[in-house]
This record gives sequence, C-alpha cells and structure tokens, in this order.
Amino acid sequence: MRKWECVVCGFIYDEAVGMPEDGIAAGTRWEDIPENWECPECGVAKADFEMVLVAA
Amino acid sequence: MSGIVIIGTGLAGYTLAREFRKLDKETPLTLVTADDGAFYSKPMLSNAFASNKDPEALISQSAEAMAGQLDARILTRRRVAAIDTAARQVRLEDGESLDYGRLVLAVGAEPIRLSYEGDGADAVLSVNSREDYGRFREAIEGVGHVAVIGPGLIGCEFANDLRGSGREVDVIGPDTAPLGRLVPEAAGRAIQKGLEAAGIRFHLETVVKRIDRKDTGFRLSLDNGETVEAGAILSAVGLRPDTRLAREAGLEVDRGIVLDRTLATSAEGVYALGDCAQVAGLVLPYVMPIMHAARALAKTLAGEPTQVSYPAMPVVVKTPAHPVVVAPPAPGAVGEWKIESVGEGVRAVFSQGDEVGGFVLTGAEAVKEKQALSKQVPAVL
Ligand SMILES: Cc1cc2nc3c(=O)[nH]c(=O)nc-3n(C[C@H](O)[C@H](O)[C@H](O)COP(=O)(O)OP(=O)(O)OC[C@H]3O[C@@H](n4cnc5c(N)ncnc54)[C@H](O)[C@@H]3O)c2cc1C
Repeated sequence: MRKWECVVCGFIYDEAVGMPEDGIAAGTRWEDIPENWECPECGVAKADFEMVLVAA
Repeated sequence: MSGIVIIGTGLAGYTLAREFRKLDKETPLTLVTADDGAFYSKPMLSNAFASNKDPEALISQSAEAMAGQLDARILTRRRVAAIDTAARQVRLEDGESLDYGRLVLAVGAEPIRLSYEGDGADAVLSVNSREDYGRFREAIEGVGHVAVIGPGLIGCEFANDLRGSGREVDVIGPDTAPLGRLVPEAAGRAIQKGLEAAGIRFHLETVVKRIDRKDTGFRLSLDNGETVEAGAILSAVGLRPDTRLAREAGLEVDRGIVLDRTLATSAEGVYALGDCAQVAGLVLPYVMPIMHAARALAKTLAGEPTQVSYPAMPVVVKTPAHPVVVAPPAPGAVGEWKIESVGEGVRAVFSQGDEVGGFVLTGAEAVKEKQALSKQVPAVL
C-alpha cells in the first residue's frame, strides 16, 4: 500500500486507510479513485496537480 | 474577437487557465505576471523550513512548461500598470499594451506592513511569495532565534515550522489568544498550550513598539515592557486584497474587488478571482474557494454563464505540534459556541438548536472528527 501527497496543500492519501467517510474504502488504490475526485482539503482535481508518491 | 488576458500566475491565474483550456482549446490566452511565472504551491511556504526546502525545490513547473501545457503566451517579469476598460486594453509598465476580449484579475493580496520605531524596523520581512520565501531563508541562515509578529493562522504555521527546524521562536501580538480572529478564545488557548508544549513562546495582548539593531541581531521592545531578542523578524499580520489596478480603472472595490457570483466586476468583460476577490461580500483567501471559482469562471468564459457555489470549506491549519481545523460560522450567523475538551485540545461547535453553523477542532484527537462535522455545516455560498 502506498501514500500520495497533494502537491498544493500537503494532504496525504493513504491507500491502506482510504477515506471511509467519503465512500472510499480502506485499501482503495490511487488508480481506482475516480478522475473527478478532488483533494478534500484544498479542492484541487486529481488529474490536475497529481498527488505525488511519498511512501511505498 | 481578441483573446483572454489573465493578470497573475498564482494558484488563481493558473488554475483558471487550466480549467478554461479543458473547455476551449482555441481562444488565444495570455497570462501576464510581475514574477517569474513559475508554478508553485503557496501553502507549502509555511511548511518548507522544517523539510529544508529551498525556493527552487518548491517549483513544480517553470513558466515555459506552463505555457506549453496551456497553449498560452506567458509574459513574465512584466507588471501591469493600468487597465483601460473603454479601449479594452491593459498597459504594461514598460509601455507595451495588450488588447483583451475578456480580462481576468488574479493579482492576489499584499501583506499588511506595520511601522515601528527604531533602526531595525526596516529588517522586518513578510512571506507571501516564493521570492519572499527565498529572502527570508537567507535572513534566517545561521540564525537560531526568530520573532514572529502576528499570532494568526499564518504566523502560527510559520512559528511551528521554524520551531520544527530547531530554532527558538517568539510570537507577539495584541490578541488574547492565537488565531483570535477565527476561533473562540478557549480554542485559541488550547492551540497556545499545544504550541507552547513544542517550545514556542507567546507574548500576547501586547504589540511591538521598537525594533533596534543589537550586535548581529535585533531587540524588540514590546508595549508591555518586555523585550525579545531575535536574529530575524517575520511579520504575519494579515493580507490585504490588491485592489489598486481595479480601483484606478474605476471598478467597484470594497475590501476586495467587488464581484457577483459569476465573478464579474462592475466593468463589462472584466472578471476576478483569488486573494484579490470579494465574491458576494466574502473575502476568502484560501485555495478551496479558488478551485471552485476557477471552475465556474472557466465555464462562463467558455460561453456558459455560471455562478460559483462554495461548499462547506473547513480550513486546515498546518501546525503539526497541535493540528487545527476551522470552519468559521457565516458572518452574522446566530448561535452559540459549545466547547468541550477532547484529548489535548478542544472541540468547539457553533450551533442554533440542531443546526450546526461552524466548528473548531484542535489537537490530534479532536481533528479526527473533521469529516463527520464538515458534513453538518452549511454550504458557504
Ligand atoms: C504562507 C502561506 C500559507 C498558506 N497556507 C494555506 C493553506 O494551507 N490552505 C489554504 O487553503 N490556503 C493557504 N494560503 C492561502 C493561499 O495560498 C492563497 O489563497 C493563494 O495562493 C492565492 O493565490 P492567488 O493566485 O490569488 O494570489 P498570488 O499567489 O498572490 O498571485 C498573484 C499573482 O499576481 C501577479 N501580479 C500582481 N500584481 C500584478 C501586476 N500589477 N502585474 C502583473 N502581475 C501582477 C503576481 O506576480 C502573482 O503571479 C496560504 C498563504 C500563505 C501566504
């Protein structure tokens, strides 16, 4: 499982944890999150500013 | 018809350009900026010291790369001096003029500067751009003690970050508790305790009167008689929307450039967004409103007039020593704060009956409720 960081605000998406409150189950891989998903903290689009891989 | 001109290449200017190009690949697009046009994340400026990032490391794309991606012309290090709305032209400081069909002001905000007595007053720095960050980094090179003027959101973030880089930090301001403008006092006190536990010192309910040079550093004399010695001084006393160009062009301005929900100014064909904007009465200098505004304005510019809507937009304060999330109640909202301790911090909820109007969560334990509470607060616009 990997972690991804929003390049704009630093929000970390941890695949192992997911975002259950927002309907993204624990274990959801980054590739499987819809393209219209937005960073929950600053609102940048998934496709625009790319989350960067911070840990494997 | 001539094209679209955007003044400013911050998050507002560039995000609008990206959103617009998704909808319209033909209309000529020109961006003009006073800086180098590099795309960077401004929020990262207040957590870059602890990770020891230099100004270059903060750049995610150069202006040339952005120009290619956006199929746009980007004029860098060119300042706009004036706008002529009758002739639909912007005039650059070097005398050149650009014609526009539609114009967008994304010129940001300017740090408020206070004046002080003493021969060290001119050494006070503010950080509101990558270039400012570079200057401040030079100023704190080899400096073990930094004074931060202003205990607001950005002051606290910098204080935490500087402390995280191993420096001594003193924060000074007139408020009774940190984040005084955003949170009720009890929440501010919890934040103060959390940051003090990390070694940050606060001097509250007082202001800096004098700044004198002393040896290689400075001595700050406070109104309450205390003195603070520091090797560098950062001012974070707030930002003021940059309304100069708009005002001089005769556009309606108030605290920011006055806009309706389509982000239109009072002049035909001229729009604005970002830190310079006042949308339906609200000045919200954060990233989330910019993203929503950019998506709405892109549609309008592509021919489908669209009003901006803002969902609930809790602000995450980047103070890892004591994390904070704030969703301020709407101005004038009726209700009461209910505040309880949770772990090291507090959970403060503003409500009227069952209606939650806003909240503040402080400390690692309390912030876990962010998602759940965010669903209960009303949309901002
Ligand atoms: C330290 C710090 C931390 C922050 N952290 C967060 C956070 O965690 N979360 C959050 O949501 N928000 C945060 N913010 C706020 C957020 O960064 C801003 O709301 C956002 O970056 C503003 O973008 P902007 O494009 O409107 O303005 P700016 O980035 O200021 O861009 C203004 C642009 O206009 C250009 N310009 C101005 N005048 C002229 C002229 N006359 N001619 C030509 N060009 C001109 C400038 O060169 C620049 O390119 C933070 C802000 C700071 C300072």
